[in-house]
Amino acid sequence: MSTGVATEARTRARRSARAVVVLAMGPVTILAGVVWALLQPWRVTLLDPHGQGFWWLFSEPPLYVIGVGLAFHFLIAPGVIRDLEETER
Amino acid sequence: MTVLAVIPPSEHVHWWFATGVLLLGLCLLARAVVGPEVWDRRPWRRYLWPGLTFALGMLMFPVMVLFTSSTLHMLAHGVWAQVMLLAGAASLGVAAGKLKHPAWNLAVPFALFVSGLSFLIHEQNPWLYSRSSFGHHMAGVVLLIGGLFPLALAWRPRWTPAAVGYALVFVVIAIVLFADRDVAPIFGHLDPDAGAPHR
Repeated sequence: MSTGVATEARTRARRSARAVVVLAMGPVTILAGVVWALLQPWRVTLLDPHGQGFWWLFSEPPLYVIGVGLAFHFLIAPGVIRDLEETER
Repeated sequence: MTVLAVIPPSEHVHWWFATGVLLLGLCLLARAVVGPEVWDRRPWRRYLWPGLTFALGMLMFPVMVLFTSSTLHMLAHGVWAQVMLLAGAASLGVAAGKLKHPAWNLAVPFALFVSGLSFLIHEQNPWLYSRSSFGHHMAGVVLLIGGLFPLALAWRPRWTPAAVGYALVFVVIAIVLFADRDVAPIFGHLDPDAGAPHR
């Protein structure tokens, strides 16, 4: 393999790694929220809403983390990946 | 009593800010990974993190008015609100190309340093007094040290390790804010004066 081809292949691999990292950020965040909800289910008051006030039903921190992960993965990451791949081409 | 029912517990407000800060951290991390050239290709994305910072600064004003129990506490939150607005507005101006002087890039590290100092100064209890005290000390130290990352970026805007470090500062702050409780032990310690712990 010539030096030029090897360098190009290495560059492409590095750029792909960037895309993988961005694509993984949302799911990792979602996973963190799910693990938190499993470890501390009482933080998700919707699971046992009886006797909870409005704010305790509104504030579901593990679900917030999952929501951030979903928002990033579906609203922000696709455009970033598209632009990254266009730049790489 | 009606007012107490309308106003949420302060730990909930910490969690809401943690949500915004976490999103901010993810945006900055993605920007660090793909580079500013790719991230800034879409105008809305260019303004996303400065706009989020500005919005968090605006939201800090009601927190200052409704959730502070002492003058020092109120001043600290007021200072946060102002430096977050400054950092967000300066970054918006830089992103729009209207602010061209490189010194405007120092607004973010300035905001982080001032925020870190505010955290440390307004927390009057020691680290292990309660989880809230620990969180305030931790956030203060993280912001003071983490302020070095945007300071480095002001000189070398494309230095990836500094950009990643800068993003991770916000992720760590989000974790600290999510861990906040009004009255809860930290590593098994809770000062008797802190009150009765709850979940």
